[in-house]
Amino acid sequence: MADTHGAVAEHNPNLRHHFDTMEQQFDSATLGMWVFLLTEIMFFGGMFCAYMIYRSMYPGAFASTSMHMDPMFGAINTAVLIVSSLSMALAVRAARLGQQQALQILLLVTIFFGLAFLGVKAFEYHAHWVDNKVPLFAGHWDYSNTKDFPNQAQYARPAQILFCFYFFMTGFHAVHMLVGVVLMLTIFMMARRGKFGPTYFTPVEISGLYWHFVDIVWIFLFPLLYLIGRTKKLI
Amino acid sequence: MHPVSSVRTYVLVWLTLTILTFVTYYVAQIELGEWNIVVALLIAFFKMMLVILIFMNVKAESPLTKLFVGAGFFWMVLLLGQVAIDYISRTWMPEGKMW
Repeated sequence: MADTHGAVAEHNPNLRHHFDTMEQQFDSATLGMWVFLLTEIMFFGGMFCAYMIYRSMYPGAFASTSMHMDPMFGAINTAVLIVSSLSMALAVRAARLGQQQALQILLLVTIFFGLAFLGVKAFEYHAHWVDNKVPLFAGHWDYSNTKDFPNQAQYARPAQILFCFYFFMTGFHAVHMLVGVVLMLTIFMMARRGKFGPTYFTPVEISGLYWHFVDIVWIFLFPLLYLIGRTKKLI
Repeated sequence: MHPVSSVRTYVLVWLTLTILTFVTYYVAQIELGEWNIVVALLIAFFKMMLVILIFMNVKAESPLTKLFVGAGFFWMVLLLGQVAIDYISRTWMPEGKMW
């Protein structure tokens, strides 16, 4: 294998000296990114596990909290993220094919839909704030009975736990989205300088892996936080 | 390096994911009892597999990468499964008569 590196005529300037071939370098980077994503699975996995426990402890309270979410917001945001994943996958494809202009446009589209997701999320958070459904903030937790929800006061205490889950899980997800947007801006700046082409597109590929991972987390958050328990007429 | 997927493949995956999002939205409004959660999570799992295999291109990655991805899911199954077994079986023992 070592003699491949000695072939000076074919030496790619992007090939680091400790790798034999571009392909080996690419595979190593992909594997390394997946190891990082495994730590992310553990990070979100802990929260999903805690959610599972509390949901089984307070099923009625949970069903009542999901009535305060607007699933249409959640569904639209899921669709927005899926579009951004599509443009990301196409951006990686464009980078591999050396289509510089398409790559830059697709990265901008990805950033745009990422920001659109965060915008919808901000609207939702604001609605919860106005609705006094924010625990831990003095004066912003009100779970007494209303005309639309005549039977919810009994859940006032456990519902706080479940709203905490909602804000922490979607909040950490939103932080990951912000990181992703900054990452995509960096990749866009690199793409503008013509850094990527058919032989070297590793940064686009592994940033794309991160973006798709954040999408997957949302694919699970959406049914768990917005949809489950909606049909149970407990309140 | 692995071959480039066609634009058509990506668009078809995107279309499937979008349709499934609205399917899961509408199915959640139908009363299915305990099956609501099962259906919602099955659809989410299917969507995740589409994203992983095609958008993240794991289907064309090296066997070592596939092993690592599989290990991540195996770990999740262990975490959620073991914890669920603990919480489900807690009430099986009569109180005060553990031994």
